[in-house]
Amino acid sequence: MIPDRAQSRRWVFVGLFLGALILIAVPPFLPTYIVILFTLSLVYAIVAMSLDLLIGYTGLGALGHAAYFAIGAYCTAILVTRHQISFAGVLGSSILLAAIASAIFGILALRAAGVYFLMITLAIAMCVWGLAFRWVSLTGGDNGITGISRPALGLPWDMGDVIPFYYLVLFFFVACLLLMFLFIRSPFGKTLVGIRDSESRMRVLGYNIWLHKYLAYIVAGGFAGLSGCLYAYYNSFVSPNDANLTHCMEMVLMVTIGGPGTLAGAAPGAFVIVFLKNMVSVYTQRWLMVLAAVYVLTALYAPEGVMGIFRQIQGRRQPVGGKG
Amino acid sequence: MEFWINQTFNGLSYAALLFLLGGGFTLIFGVMKIANIAHGSFYLVGGYIGYTVASHTGNFYLAFLVACVVVSFLGMVMERLFLHHLGGQDLRQMLITMGIALFLQDLCLLIWGGNPLNLSVPGYLARSLRVGKYYFPALRIFMIIAAGFLYILLRWFQEKTRVGAMVRAAVDNMEMSEGLGINVPLVTLGVFGLGALLAGFGGVIGCAFMGIYPGLDFELLPFAFVVVIIGGMGSLQGALVGAIIVGLIDNFGKALFPELSYFTLFAPMAIVLGLRPTGLFGRG
Amino acid sequence: MSQPQLALQCHSLTKRFGGLEAVNKMELRVLPGERRAIIGPNGAGKTTLFRLISGQFPVTSGTIRLFDRDITRMPCHQRTYLGLGRTFQITNLFPTLTVLDNLVIAAMGLKAMKFSMARPLSTYRGLYAKADEVLERVGMAERRQVRIGNLSHGEQRQIEISLALISSPKVLLLDEPTAGLSPAESTMMTAVLKKLDPAITILIIEHDMDVAFQLADRITVLHQGCLFTEGTPAEVRANPRVQEIYFGTEERPC
Repeated sequence: MIPDRAQSRRWVFVGLFLGALILIAVPPFLPTYIVILFTLSLVYAIVAMSLDLLIGYTGLGALGHAAYFAIGAYCTAILVTRHQISFAGVLGSSILLAAIASAIFGILALRAAGVYFLMITLAIAMCVWGLAFRWVSLTGGDNGITGISRPALGLPWDMGDVIPFYYLVLFFFVACLLLMFLFIRSPFGKTLVGIRDSESRMRVLGYNIWLHKYLAYIVAGGFAGLSGCLYAYYNSFVSPNDANLTHCMEMVLMVTIGGPGTLAGAAPGAFVIVFLKNMVSVYTQRWLMVLAAVYVLTALYAPEGVMGIFRQIQGRRQPVGGKG
Repeated sequence: MEFWINQTFNGLSYAALLFLLGGGFTLIFGVMKIANIAHGSFYLVGGYIGYTVASHTGNFYLAFLVACVVVSFLGMVMERLFLHHLGGQDLRQMLITMGIALFLQDLCLLIWGGNPLNLSVPGYLARSLRVGKYYFPALRIFMIIAAGFLYILLRWFQEKTRVGAMVRAAVDNMEMSEGLGINVPLVTLGVFGLGALLAGFGGVIGCAFMGIYPGLDFELLPFAFVVVIIGGMGSLQGALVGAIIVGLIDNFGKALFPELSYFTLFAPMAIVLGLRPTGLFGRG
Repeated sequence: MSQPQLALQCHSLTKRFGGLEAVNKMELRVLPGERRAIIGPNGAGKTTLFRLISGQFPVTSGTIRLFDRDITRMPCHQRTYLGLGRTFQITNLFPTLTVLDNLVIAAMGLKAMKFSMARPLSTYRGLYAKADEVLERVGMAERRQVRIGNLSHGEQRQIEISLALISSPKVLLLDEPTAGLSPAESTMMTAVLKKLDPAITILIIEHDMDVAFQLADRITVLHQGCLFTEGTPAEVRANPRVQEIYFGTEERPC
C-alpha cells in the first residue's frame, strides 16, 4: 500500500522547516569546529543534491559525479591562485567548465546503460583523477594547489572568518536547493521521472530519451562545478583525490542515506557522512571500517535511505485494503 | 629501436598483470553484472598473504597456492553473504562492494602496516635473460608466461568443458540458463571465486614485481575498469586484448607523454565506446 | 486508377535473433481507418511485429512505411511524431506517479514545452484539462490522484489505452488490450475500443477470439513468424486450416 502523498509531504515540510531553523539560527552559538563541519556539509549537500537529480530522479547511476566537482574545484584553484578574477567570474567559470566537461563526457558515458553506465562514469572520474595527477604543470600533480584565498566580496564581513563564510555557503545551498526544486517541478524535470519509471513507455510517447538524459547530466554537472568552487574556497587546497573513487562513492552514499529521489534528503546524507568521517577518527583509528559498515548496512537495510525507512513505517500504519 | 623493444616488453609484462586483474573482473561482470569495486582488494589481500607465506616459508609457489585459496574463499563468502540475494540491484551491490573494499583495505593496514612490502623471488627469477644486447628480467618473463598459461587454461575450460559451457550460458542469459536446469547460484559462486582467485594470483606476482602497499587496490582498479570497457564485459579474449592495449599504451604513454599519460588511457576507451559501446569482444 | 494511400505497410519484414526467425518476410497492408486484428498461436511473432513497427527492435531486413514514409530506421520517438501510438501487453505505466501525472506526461510527449526547465509543470493548465477530459471519457475521473500502483488491473489497462490516445495517434497498435481482464471487464474494454474515433487506424493483437472478431474489419493470421492467411472475420472463421495451427497440426508455412 503506497502511502498517501499529502501526509508524507506534511512531515517533509516540518523537517525542512526545522532544518532551516537550525541551519540559519544556531551556528553563531556553536563551537567553531562544528560550524566548519556544517560549512563542509553544506558544500557536499549541493553536489549530493545534484547527484540525486541523476540517481534519484532520472535513474542514472552516475557514480563518477565527483569528476565535475573536482573540475570545478581545480578551475577555482587555478583562477584564484594565478589570476586576478572576481568571485563572480571564478564561480561562473567553474560552473561553465564543469558543464562543458559533462557535455563532453556525457556523450561517451551515455553510450552505455545499466551497470555498464555506472562503470563508465567511474572510469571517467578516474581518468580525471589521473589527469590531475599527471598534468603537473597545470594542476601541481600530487601536491595539488594550495593557498586559495577566500573571495573578497566587498561586504562588511571578511570571508576568511568562519561565520561569514558559513553564511555565504548557506546562501548558495539555499539558492541551489530552490533552483533544483524548480527544476524537478518543471516539465523537463517530470520527464526525467518518467524516464526513470519506464524508458520504453517514454519512447513510444515521443520522448527522445537520450537527449533528456544528456541535458540532465549537464545540469547536474554544472551544479557539481558550483559545489567544487565553494569547496576550493573552503579548503584553500585542492588535490587529485577530490576526483578519486573514494570521493565518488561517498557522494553516492550521501544520496543513498538521504534517500534517492527526495532531493533535500541528500543534505542530511551529506551531514551524516561529513560528521562521521571527521568525528569517528577522534575515537578510533579504524574509522575506515566504520565507514565500510555504513556502506554495507545502508545498502543492505536502508537502500532508500532515511526517507525509505520512514515510508515503510508509514506504510504499515495505513489501513490494509481499501482504495486511495 | 632499443627503446621500442624494451617498452614493448615492459608493456607486455604489465599487460600480464592487468589481464590477471581485468580477467577476473570481466568474468564477474559478465556473469553477475556486478562491477566489483572490491576487486582491487582481492589483489591486495592476495599480495599480502603471498608476502607473508613467502617470507615465512621461503617457498615462492606455496605463496601462490595459499593466496589463491584464501582470496578465492573470501570472494565466495562475499558473493554468498552479501551479493547473491541482491541480484540486479546495481547501485546496492556497488555500495556493498565499496564497503567491503574499504574494510579489507583497513584490515590489511591493521595487519601489515603502512610500509610497502616486497616479495622476494627465488634466485633464478631475480636474474635477467640476455638476448643479444637486450636484457629481459626473468620475473617479467615469468609474468607473461603465467598470464598466458592461465589465459589458455581458462579459454580451454570455457570452450571445451561442460562447466565452461554453463558459465557461457549464464553470461548470455541467466534466466534461460535457470530454465534449462543449470545451477546458476553455483555458477555465480564459482565465477566469483575464480575471479577473486585470478586477482589474488595477480597480487602475489605484483607484490614481487612492484611491491604492495595500502591504496594500491584503488590505484589499480581504474585499469581493471578500462580493460573491461575496451575488451568487452564477460570476454576473456577481450580482457587479454584490452590488457595488452592498456599495458602498451600506459607504458609508451609514460615514456613519451608523461604529463598526459593517464589521459592516454582515456583515448582508447573513448574510441571503443564511440564505435562499439559493448567493447571489442563484448556481446549485446 | 490510383492506389489508396496505405496507413501502414510492411514489405518483406524480417527479424532474426541468432538463428531464429521471429518474423519472416512479413507482408502487411493496412488502409486508413481500418481495424485489423493480428492473431495466431503463441510464438507466432505478433508482439515482435509490433516491436518492429514501433521501433523497439531494429529490423533485420525489409521495410516499414507509415503513410508512405519509410520509418524502418527511424528511432521510436520519431515514429510517434509521425502519428504512431502503442499500448503494451504487460502494463507499462509510471508506477510511482498518480493517474493524472501519467496522463500529463503522455500529453506532453510531442510538445516542445517538455524541455522547459523554468516554470512548474502544474502551471500548464491546458495539459491538465486534456488529461481530465480523457479521464472523463473512460470514466476514471475520481481516480485521478491515485498512484498507479494502487489501481486494479482493469483500471490500469484502461490507463494504458488512455496514454496512447492522448497524443491523438493516427495509427494505434494495441497489444492484447484485454490481457488479464475478467469477462465483464473485457466486455467493457471492447465497448471502449468500439467507440474509438473511426479515423484512427487500429491494429490489435488479441488472443480472445470474440474480441478480435467483434472489432476487426480484416484479420491477419500469423504462424511461426510468417503470414499464414488474411481475410474478413467470416472468411477466417470458416477457414479450417486456421483452427489447425492452434492445435499444432499445420506445417510451417514458409
